Amino acid sequence: MSADQSPKIVIVDESPIRAAILQEGLREAGFTGVVHISEMQSLLSRIYALDPDVILIDLENPSRDVLEQMFQVSRAVRRPIAMFVDQSDAASIQASVDAGVSAYIVDGLKKERIKPILDLCISRFNAFAKLQDELARTKSALEERKVIDRAKGILMKMKGLTEDEAYVLLRSTAMREKKRIGEIAQSIITASEMLK
Amino acid sequence: MSVPLHIGFIPLVDAAALIVAVDKGFAAAEGLDVTLAREVSWSNVRDKLNIGLFDAAHLLAPVAIASSLGVAHVKVPILAPFNLGLNGNAITVSPALHAAIMGELDGERFDPMATARALARVVALRRKSGDEPLTFAMTFPFSTHNYQLRFWMAAGGVDPDEDLRLVVLPPPYMVDSLANGHVDGFCVGAPWNSVAVDRGVGHILHFVSDILVRAAEKVLAVRQNWVGKNPDTLAGLVRATQRGAEFIEQVDNRDEVVSLLAQPERVGVDADLIRRTLEGRLKVSPDGTLRESRNYLLVGRERATRPDPAQAAWLYAQMVRWGQADFSAQALKTAMSVFRPDLYDGALKTAAQPGASATIGAFDGPAFNPDDVAGYLRAFKVFRRMS
Repeated sequence: MSADQSPKIVIVDESPIRAAILQEGLREAGFTGVVHISEMQSLLSRIYALDPDVILIDLENPSRDVLEQMFQVSRAVRRPIAMFVDQSDAASIQASVDAGVSAYIVDGLKKERIKPILDLCISRFNAFAKLQDELARTKSALEERKVIDRAKGILMKMKGLTEDEAYVLLRSTAMREKKRIGEIAQSIITASEMLK
Repeated sequence: MSVPLHIGFIPLVDAAALIVAVDKGFAAAEGLDVTLAREVSWSNVRDKLNIGLFDAAHLLAPVAIASSLGVAHVKVPILAPFNLGLNGNAITVSPALHAAIMGELDGERFDPMATARALARVVALRRKSGDEPLTFAMTFPFSTHNYQLRFWMAAGGVDPDEDLRLVVLPPPYMVDSLANGHVDGFCVGAPWNSVAVDRGVGHILHFVSDILVRAAEKVLAVRQNWVGKNPDTLAGLVRATQRGAEFIEQVDNRDEVVSLLAQPERVGVDADLIRRTLEGRLKVSPDGTLRESRNYLLVGRERATRPDPAQAAWLYAQMVRWGQADFSAQALKTAMSVFRPDLYDGALKTAAQPGASATIGAFDGPAFNPDDVAGYLRAFKVFRRMS
């Protein structure tokens, strides 16, 4: 690889969404040679065929151990080094482990060229984790809405209330009992099923 | 006040002593508040231990040695004050390869020399008819599985680097790869060999105890500089893990141990598979053939928990034999000092027994002598020099 060329980067990730987010970020930053591998079958031969300068892999991927085999090869393949080999930048190693990503870099690639790639990786991995968190929260909020709607329906039917009155009853009970509305709603559903 | 500890492990049956020590409250009784972190790769366990995210780890014995020598990776001195298991691995092959080996077998079915020679004939026949070379999988370059597979096949005259392909595969992928024909055999720990037999896609050809009578497998690993700062914590951890190991070997506790280990956040596989592993009573063929061995996996019996530096020397000799490390007297000394029976004895107040190294008992080659590793290695015809 000549100094002015964009390094060839391989992303090994079974999550297509996270890989896409990372790929997009790298392209925006001017790294054009990015390939995503999502299939773990014959991973090593695919990597040898692509001959990348940098390999990025998520830490939740058991195939990290497969990559370790690259250190053993004595044939005329370029030997990569793991990011963790160079401990001069402890903060960035810590940040990458926290974000859940690891990098293998072919020997000879300059450190200052790696840093922006790694920093970008870390921030995109963190962004993805946040996104997943939000998704999970939205999903549980949606489910709680359904529970509250069912509880309101039960109250309306059994006590002849309007929807607004049913909601007010739920809310005031929750405040009195120091519980969440969703919890009161769930106990109404459970009780009504028991009394059926 | 209790000491918080983060300890990494891979979901395998030989993490049992550590898991039981924590889940039965033995660690808490020593004033340790242990959080066990289930990991997906040995690389993760090694790196998180090295950079200090873990205080201790369930680790492949050769990884502890490689890390201390700085072979292939950053040099971080690691100590093993406790041995979590001896043996426990097995070699499993596809039904087709099993039939081919049995067809060429001249000797007993479980005699490793007979099967290794049969494998050599299968390899030669395949070459003659222009078939693809066989592929065997193991779990990590610096693994007992790698060395045990190599030791076995080389005894029959098969060169593991020239005559077939040897690849790394994460244990959870082994059985599928055997089923879909990507590999013809593998060497792995429990429970994966039994999973392959149960699915009807493999035969257990050998328990590793056929190849070596006693082989150090996983250790409780800590950083050397951590030990210097936390001697009392380490002693407590060793005592708790020893209680765990002893608890496991009590037959009356088996039901409880099996259900603890089967939990999804621990080993997380079928309880019956774990039971068979601990009892050393394995189904070796899909037709239901059973094979029993007291030596299949040793956790708390026969002084298995006391680290033996001769075992570390044997593992280092394998690194040299297969071109992963150069031989030097200094490196040998470093490798041996990874295994620390003195820390074990200090924690448990057991009497040190100098010279009490139990035999490694390999089926091929001369008796192993840590004082003459170079001479030992000269006895083997198949080897690979560091390039």
